[in-house]
Amino acid sequence: MANEVQYIFDNQNLQKSEPQKFKPEDLKSEEMIVNIGPQHPSTHGVLRLEVITSGEEIVDVVPHLGYLHRCFEKHAESLPYNQTLPFVDRMDYLAAMNSEHAFVMGVERMLGIEGSIDKRVEYIRVLVAELNRLASHFIALGTYAMDIGAITPFPWMLRDREHILRLLEWASGARMLYNYIWVGGLFYDLPVGFEERCLEFCQYIKPKLKEFDEVVLQNKIFVDRTANVGVLPLDLAINYGITGPMLRGSGLKFDLRKVDAYSAYPEIDFDVPIGKGEMGSLGDCWDRTSVRMLECYESVRIIEQCLTQLTGDHKRTRDFDPRATVPKKIRPKAQDFYIRAENPKGETGFFFKADGRSDIPFRCKARGASFVNLSILGELSKGGLIADMVAILGSIDIVLGEVDR
Amino acid sequence: MTFEEIISKLKVEFGEEIILSTDENASPSCIELHADHLVETMQYLHQTEGLYFDALSCITGLDNGPETDTMEVIYNLYSIPCDHHLMVKVTLSRKEPLIDSLNSIWKTADWQEREVFDLFGIQFNNHPDLRRILLPADWEGFPLRKDYEHQTYYRGVKVAE
Repeated sequence: MANEVQYIFDNQNLQKSEPQKFKPEDLKSEEMIVNIGPQHPSTHGVLRLEVITSGEEIVDVVPHLGYLHRCFEKHAESLPYNQTLPFVDRMDYLAAMNSEHAFVMGVERMLGIEGSIDKRVEYIRVLVAELNRLASHFIALGTYAMDIGAITPFPWMLRDREHILRLLEWASGARMLYNYIWVGGLFYDLPVGFEERCLEFCQYIKPKLKEFDEVVLQNKIFVDRTANVGVLPLDLAINYGITGPMLRGSGLKFDLRKVDAYSAYPEIDFDVPIGKGEMGSLGDCWDRTSVRMLECYESVRIIEQCLTQLTGDHKRTRDFDPRATVPKKIRPKAQDFYIRAENPKGETGFFFKADGRSDIPFRCKARGASFVNLSILGELSKGGLIADMVAILGSIDIVLGEVDR
Repeated sequence: MTFEEIISKLKVEFGEEIILSTDENASPSCIELHADHLVETMQYLHQTEGLYFDALSCITGLDNGPETDTMEVIYNLYSIPCDHHLMVKVTLSRKEPLIDSLNSIWKTADWQEREVFDLFGIQFNNHPDLRRILLPADWEGFPLRKDYEHQTYYRGVKVAE
């Protein structure tokens, strides 16, 4: 084993894997292929873009994926539902709680136990999911400002995100990949004192959000770079399956938390912000960013209401056991099931086929919001400048863990 | 619109035989179509007033294994204005899995079909750009098939024990 050659060099290796869709000899004389990534900060991870340019103008963009493909669906076919949960975390690793929530809800509905979940459990789930949504939006906003050329907001956002990650670490024991929301319950109850600290955090974050809003979103340079860039009309967005803040940025008030009204969301009062074309045209990069910003305020509102419930009607009791309804054996009856939920990036869906004979799904397919949202990049970037393409890619807000799964 | 209304609407338009079977146990409720009628039926579902399934949420490939010798493609449709769901299932032969692309109706089908092609080897007719999307182009086999076996070496790198 030790002496085995790890890689055998062959000149044909690169050609056989077809690294480019376009061939240089097929291009017009003024066009050229520019390769961006997979190790490039503006691609937000290991994404490679094959860009055909004519001068500074973009003719076509072909994203090449798969650098972070970790065979989630293959793994899920050999593991029981509850053991798949840690893999779900690793899909959208910036918003693990939200993906967990979607997956767990699907399994619970297949088992038919969604009605027996304690209300306190549901409120804790919404609380941690919204905290995680904030953390994910902070990364999206911070890195987006950095893509545009403003370095300062990024460490600001990372600093504030770190407060959230510490809270979640306190609750679950892990910083980013939690395995906290279990099928039928939770890993643990919230630690004592969590509610107070969380409320303090809400007080702390509100002026910071306002500061970010004023310094970045209203900034003239930022507006010049993002307004009227990458305009996404609503019909095209729906046809491309775009969901989440991108769809709302194009002016449609569509949020699965409202539409499907799952978990504790119907009891919570919050608005769905949409893009209005304030700085340029409806559905441009600025609108998408502004929707994320406004969603942060709404998330804080949701968190505060959850905390009111968790310290009021559903407060901690001595006999509360978040694992009381966790099933010993997860064996849904034979059925096809599709569950969807609103993640920070858009609609995350899971398709299950259970055969009714085993604890292992016959098939588990994950629909990544980032994967579908990314497919519009070529369409949006055509005819723009290379710098605009970076702005558009940042406004799509992808996380490569979810694109490649 | 309820599931029964959708079915009766389809039967009025295309005749009784269009729906091979229904599955109300599935969530959302599921209809099975023949692969030959897929595009026209989907076109109808997409454009007819009252149905108006404008969002294709998810395309799932599924391999039933060599014993049953079938593969399935499952489409999850959703209508944003009417707020109703539909699952559409098409069964294909495992030896020659071939189906028409829905790219002409929903642009989102482009990448999602590429993913199904990549992992199951299901061919899509009239697809504008049917290349592998997650795996490298020279990868052997289709990993999510039930009888898939790892290649031992990939470009001289040992990838399986």
